[in-house]
Amino acid sequence: MELDLATDNGQPRPETTRDDSPFAIRGLTVSYGDKPALFSVDATFPAAAMSAIIGPNGAGKSTLLKAALGIVKPVSGRVTMLGQPLKRALDRVAYVPQRASVDWDFPARVIDVVLMGLSRELGLLRRVRPHHLDKAMTCLARVGMDGFADRQIGQLSGGQQQRVFLARALAQQAEVYLLDEPFAGVDAATEKAIIGVLKSLRDDGKTVVAVHHDLATVTEYFDHVFLINQTRIAEGPTVETFTAANLQATYRGRLALQQIDRLAG
Amino acid sequence: MTGVEFVPLSLPPLLIGAFAALACAIPGNFLLLRRQALIGDAISHVVLPGIVMGFLLTGVVSTWPMMLGAAAAAIVAVVLIETIRRLGRIEPGAAMGVVFTTLFAAGVLLLEQSDTSSVHLDVEHALYGNLESLIWLDATGWKSLLDVEALAALPPELFRMVAVFVAIALLTGLFWRPLTIATFDEGFARTLGLPVTALSLGLVIAAAIAAVAAFDAVGSIIVIAMFICPPAAARLMTNRLGHQLGWSAAFAVLSAVLGYVLAGYGPLWLGFENAVSAAGMIATVSGVILVLAAMFGPCRHRVGAAQAD
Amino acid sequence: MLALGYNAALVATGAGLLGVAAGVTGSFLFLRKRALVSDAMSHATLPGLALAFMVMTVLGGDGRALPGLLAGSALSAWLGVLTVSWLSRRTRLGEDAAIGAVLSVFFGLGIVGLTVIQSLNTGRQAGLETFLLGSTAGMLFSDALTIALGGALTLALAWLLRRPMLMVAFDPDYATATGRDVARIDLAMLALALAVTVVGLKIVGLILIVALLIIPPVAARFWSDRADRVVLLSGIIGGGAGVTGALLSGMAPDLPTGPIIVLIAFGLFAVGFFFSPGRGVLAAVLRHRRFQRRVHMRQGLLAIAQGQPVYERLTLRLLRRAGLIRADAVATDAGRAVAAKALLDEHRWQILRADPRFETAAALYDGLRPLDTVLTPDQLTEIDRNLRPEAAT
Repeated sequence: MELDLATDNGQPRPETTRDDSPFAIRGLTVSYGDKPALFSVDATFPAAAMSAIIGPNGAGKSTLLKAALGIVKPVSGRVTMLGQPLKRALDRVAYVPQRASVDWDFPARVIDVVLMGLSRELGLLRRVRPHHLDKAMTCLARVGMDGFADRQIGQLSGGQQQRVFLARALAQQAEVYLLDEPFAGVDAATEKAIIGVLKSLRDDGKTVVAVHHDLATVTEYFDHVFLINQTRIAEGPTVETFTAANLQATYRGRLALQQIDRLAG
Repeated sequence: MTGVEFVPLSLPPLLIGAFAALACAIPGNFLLLRRQALIGDAISHVVLPGIVMGFLLTGVVSTWPMMLGAAAAAIVAVVLIETIRRLGRIEPGAAMGVVFTTLFAAGVLLLEQSDTSSVHLDVEHALYGNLESLIWLDATGWKSLLDVEALAALPPELFRMVAVFVAIALLTGLFWRPLTIATFDEGFARTLGLPVTALSLGLVIAAAIAAVAAFDAVGSIIVIAMFICPPAAARLMTNRLGHQLGWSAAFAVLSAVLGYVLAGYGPLWLGFENAVSAAGMIATVSGVILVLAAMFGPCRHRVGAAQAD
Repeated sequence: MLALGYNAALVATGAGLLGVAAGVTGSFLFLRKRALVSDAMSHATLPGLALAFMVMTVLGGDGRALPGLLAGSALSAWLGVLTVSWLSRRTRLGEDAAIGAVLSVFFGLGIVGLTVIQSLNTGRQAGLETFLLGSTAGMLFSDALTIALGGALTLALAWLLRRPMLMVAFDPDYATATGRDVARIDLAMLALALAVTVVGLKIVGLILIVALLIIPPVAARFWSDRADRVVLLSGIIGGGAGVTGALLSGMAPDLPTGPIIVLIAFGLFAVGFFFSPGRGVLAAVLRHRRFQRRVHMRQGLLAIAQGQPVYERLTLRLLRRAGLIRADAVATDAGRAVAAKALLDEHRWQILRADPRFETAAALYDGLRPLDTVLTPDQLTEIDRNLRPEAAT
């Protein structure tokens, strides 16, 4: 992974910068061309909680996750996962990309995709044994997709595809789960299935961070919110942070005032 | 047809054609799924400037300098395409078009300017090779296959092609999993810590090696056809990657064998005296297979709602 | 030009017209992101050439008659184009795979045809190989005239159709919504490119004609963001390369015309690629470095103002060079002053971005721009009124 974060430049890092939060970002700036998509973002996500990254379209929500994971290269900034530089913690992080980011016409079955989550275990050449298949089937069952293991992925509905992606992340048995818009364009049954799985992960002490776009469900789903619009607007427990004033600052003129009042209660 | 005729005259070209087709079709599957199918096209066009440079630098027409030159040209072309695409923000197809036509033009110019008229080095040879000339003079019949002395006199192209095929098959097997994941979902592959950039460069280099070895034996045109047609037809037959690879290998071998036979004997059956180009016929057969797959293949239609852009 | 003789002048005129026509039609394909369809098209001319030769010979005519050969190549190239769109529309294969399949298979079929011709009239060269790489040597007056006229006609048609083609290239959905028949306009685009391909076969050959359709538009793209200017520039670049190449090869007969034209076009591309002030690589690298430095500088200043340590080496180096920190990374007086100003600016921005009244100004936020370049002094005072209570906390 060619990630040019300052922590990886070979210099010993002062002990004081160690951050024991499962997922912390310092001074992250990302630009596409010469327009910054994110500017100097600091974020700290709490352990054993469900956090939402919230902001208007184009606010840099997905970019934040991608840059934190080294998928896009930042201009500057440092990321620590589980108190370590990203590179050393990657095996305990599971990432669920946006559904639209892959070509679902790819020749693969549902079970093949879930098995990708076991690739660390499988290595290069180890054969897929029955216990690997069992594990993958268990993950599929957790998202309610165990009846679809042999289906070609292109034949699934959008919600089903999203659940397959989540099953793949479950197969990774990670500590930190990062999800990019897991509820975008999915049916109600899928939304319920996904939120059930995420809550059980949290109850098992895992850290869940999701880019989220539906303001109406924030208070119901998430313990912690991170409001972003190019820079950090606010972060903290949902009850304290998901306020009318902060939403106003995040969305500016894009939300009607009464809408904000209703959402933030 | 007896073994006395078949073994020395037809067996070597058949085998060389089949292994060349296989060596190109295997990486072709991944190139197809990565929407890089035309990389094979670009690579085969730049083989010409590569061999000319190899010749000009060493002054001899021998295989290794030319193959090294061709491989170097393929890598230069791929690097140039990526540079123009990224730094110039030009769409990949156009970037490819700029690079391979320019390198090809440079190759033709070098060829015309240098004194290569005395040696066997020309554009047509680079394009469609001469599969028919790869014969095994020391063979006297089927039993020559057991004769070590005679086997040593097999055309060297056969050994090279087999070696390249084996290497590519082994590498594909070894990197099957990471290659599949990186092809399907690059972002996810990065979060697994997979060397995504190295994998895609490795794939292109493997394709370049296959192209260069195959071109030396059978000419560029088969190379392009085998990179694309068997994998494309195979994609229309199945929805599983492993099966797709199997189908593409079968189609590649079928094209090579059928193409060679039709080119060699077809005209005779029709009452003509001379054979036609085997390379051209192999490409043609692979196209016919693709058309049949596009008309009747069980998985020919697009399915699913989410189509990535 | 006159010194070169009538024939050379004619060839140069033909090549120039061909270059302009190729540059113009190619730019529509390029803007539509379908540049490589022309590659399939040009390779697909070969079976038609071979077949036309055979048919004309069988009918007792001269197999090498240019109009007949061009008609044959146009037919098979059009069949190739239709196959590309059939494969990419009717099956799950992408257009790139369809292009590659058509170009290799048609070319292979063409080579089969060439070997058939070789075996039919043994001893007499058909000379069809010259269409692979093009040749102006021994070009007849009527050939040159055909090429010049064909180029001019294509150009005229492209001019007539430029508006709908630009609209489709730019935004096919919008074009559909306004009642344009996108499929037909696409076909027209391809037909024009086909005309250029066929006309150019004799001069630059079927392998390199695609260069004339692709390189000039790509080169032109570096100099303008406006589609109509790209088309115009592309025509000029293509024409320039055509004329210069033909003249050069006329003066030095062992320089083959096609490759020379392509290499000149590439030279023009390279100039734009490196040196264009907008999209050129040199300018982009300089811009990115300047941007990166501004980001690091600003982040360093904010860190100093908030008493946080700075770790990134580039940031430290920039701050040190500007005299804002000492060698041991402690801020100088000047550094503290500049940092305080940066922090104040950041605070002001935060207030401004939270205030719906400043929405237009808030859109200009990029983390780098000082606020006093955006607002009037009166507005700044307004912002600062909100600032004081917060700054106190």
